[in-house]
Amino acid sequence: MKETKKGSTTIKRIRKAVPLYLMILPGFLYLLINNYIPMSGIVIAFKDLNFQKGILGSDWVGFANFVYLFKTPEAFRILRNTVCYNLAFMVINTTAALAIAILMSEIKSKRKVKIYQTCVLVPTLVSMIIVSYMVYAFLNTRTGYVNGLLRSMGRTEIAFYTEPVYWPFILVFVNFWKGAGYASVLYLANILGMDQEMLEAASIDGANRWQRIKSIILPLLKPTVIILTLMSISKIFNSDFGLFYQVPLNSGALIDVTNTIDTYVYRGMINLGDIGMSSAAGFYQSTVGFVLILIVNGITRKYSNENALF
Amino acid sequence: MRSKKERRYSFCINLVMILISVVMVIPFLLLISASFTSNEAILLHGYTLFPSKLSLEAYEYIWVERAQIFRAYFITIVVTVVGTGTGVMISLLYGYAISKKNFPGRSFFTFYLFFTMLFGGGLVPTYIWYTRYLHIKNTIWGLLIPGLLMGAYNVIMIRTYYQNSIPSELAESAKIDGAGEFTTFFKIYMPLSKPVIATIAMFVGLAYWNDWTNGLYYITDSRLFSIQQLLNNIMKNIEYLSSNPYSIMSSSSYVPQETVRMAIAVVGVLPVLLMFPMLQKYFVKGITVGSVKG
Repeated sequence: MKETKKGSTTIKRIRKAVPLYLMILPGFLYLLINNYIPMSGIVIAFKDLNFQKGILGSDWVGFANFVYLFKTPEAFRILRNTVCYNLAFMVINTTAALAIAILMSEIKSKRKVKIYQTCVLVPTLVSMIIVSYMVYAFLNTRTGYVNGLLRSMGRTEIAFYTEPVYWPFILVFVNFWKGAGYASVLYLANILGMDQEMLEAASIDGANRWQRIKSIILPLLKPTVIILTLMSISKIFNSDFGLFYQVPLNSGALIDVTNTIDTYVYRGMINLGDIGMSSAAGFYQSTVGFVLILIVNGITRKYSNENALF
Repeated sequence: MRSKKERRYSFCINLVMILISVVMVIPFLLLISASFTSNEAILLHGYTLFPSKLSLEAYEYIWVERAQIFRAYFITIVVTVVGTGTGVMISLLYGYAISKKNFPGRSFFTFYLFFTMLFGGGLVPTYIWYTRYLHIKNTIWGLLIPGLLMGAYNVIMIRTYYQNSIPSELAESAKIDGAGEFTTFFKIYMPLSKPVIATIAMFVGLAYWNDWTNGLYYITDSRLFSIQQLLNNIMKNIEYLSSNPYSIMSSSSYVPQETVRMAIAVVGVLPVLLMFPMLQKYFVKGITVGSVKG
């Protein structure tokens, strides 16, 4: 008797929520199509993909694709590039963003802060295609700005697009240029949200500016820095496809220093013979990334629960 | 009365910030300057920060070939407007539903949304699914649907906004007056969510405007090229504009190559640069909005 009553109220509640289900439906279907069905497609990493047989009908090959992948020298190279670039990006961008934020917090004039902020944020607005045009305008051999300067100083020009040695620096710089402003806004908001009275009290007590930055502002920013760093670590196997593919103009001579997991997966995909290795690399990226997020979230939860993702 | 030392300190800080700002802005200057320089001067002196010889020939050439460029512009505008409108709407609806405490299945739908931030199938399965099964290759859907329409981050931002910034008494009093969920959403929540709509629309719109990967993966038909994809093709092949079947000029006619590509790039970023001062407020708000907890 009691149970049927409970059952009928559940039905009642669900019936009352029909409009809510209708509201959720478009988004639900979109995530199904765009996220969940492709997720189940990661099984192709364990298959010998044959479009005649379809994904489900293709033969299982176990770990064969992974064995092939890790036998190639490319496997080590894309892993090294992806991880090392991400580490360099983390260090450079965090330092730069902190410096920009602290400098801006020291400026009294609101109007000036807004102008500087506009300038550092403008690079985040443009696509990697536009960025590749800008880099081309600076670096191309015949008409590039940098080579023009070199020539006017009587130096020989540099064929940047065929010289791998320069690209680690170029890519780190481009990434700084495009990303530092974004993070600096976050840090600046943090500084402005700090207890201003405490900061003033410190300067009345005779703390000079450097002491104030070192012993008050930086320690207060530490939790945000740690959270952002942990979030970057959880994405350490992901790379910006545009930065590594488009900015070097897909130059074959640079592949040793520009090939990352994402560019490798794309190149393997358009070159159908490699789709097995390509999907193995993609599977590897997805699963290792997932495990990393879980680990990082666990650490964050211990450190400061309110900043954990879940 | 500010001391001399303090003024010097403030001067130094401003100097460093001006230097940083210049570094950030110089690439734009180079791009714009190149587009207004004569092609011959560039072949002679290279790209310069200020035009060595002013010329509008690049823009004149673009004007002659305007059919292709306007077409790409039109595609980009349609995709941006339709994608942003639809994407923001379905995100708002999803966010509204999972913000309701008495919604049966709320925790399931929240997790269903949230999990997409943690795990993804990656490019290969996504590409095969969209092209082999849904056949969106060389259709406008290829630019609209994959990846960009609705992101979990934005929906969670909406849900948090509805939970924290709109008093639930408002919804309850509407319900007493006999309003259904749709009426409550459109008449009460929508008008109150202008700030969050502006922020999300800006991020989604920017993503659509700047997107070139969907074009790279799913579009090979030049009638459907967006402005970003047109730029991508011009970078790969500077003769692209004059050598494709839509060109008006014969392929042998003179093209001011080095300046034209920069001029099209300028045309491509201009709307974003012009709108940014108006939208900066929302942009900054979007960056600093903190909690995205699931």
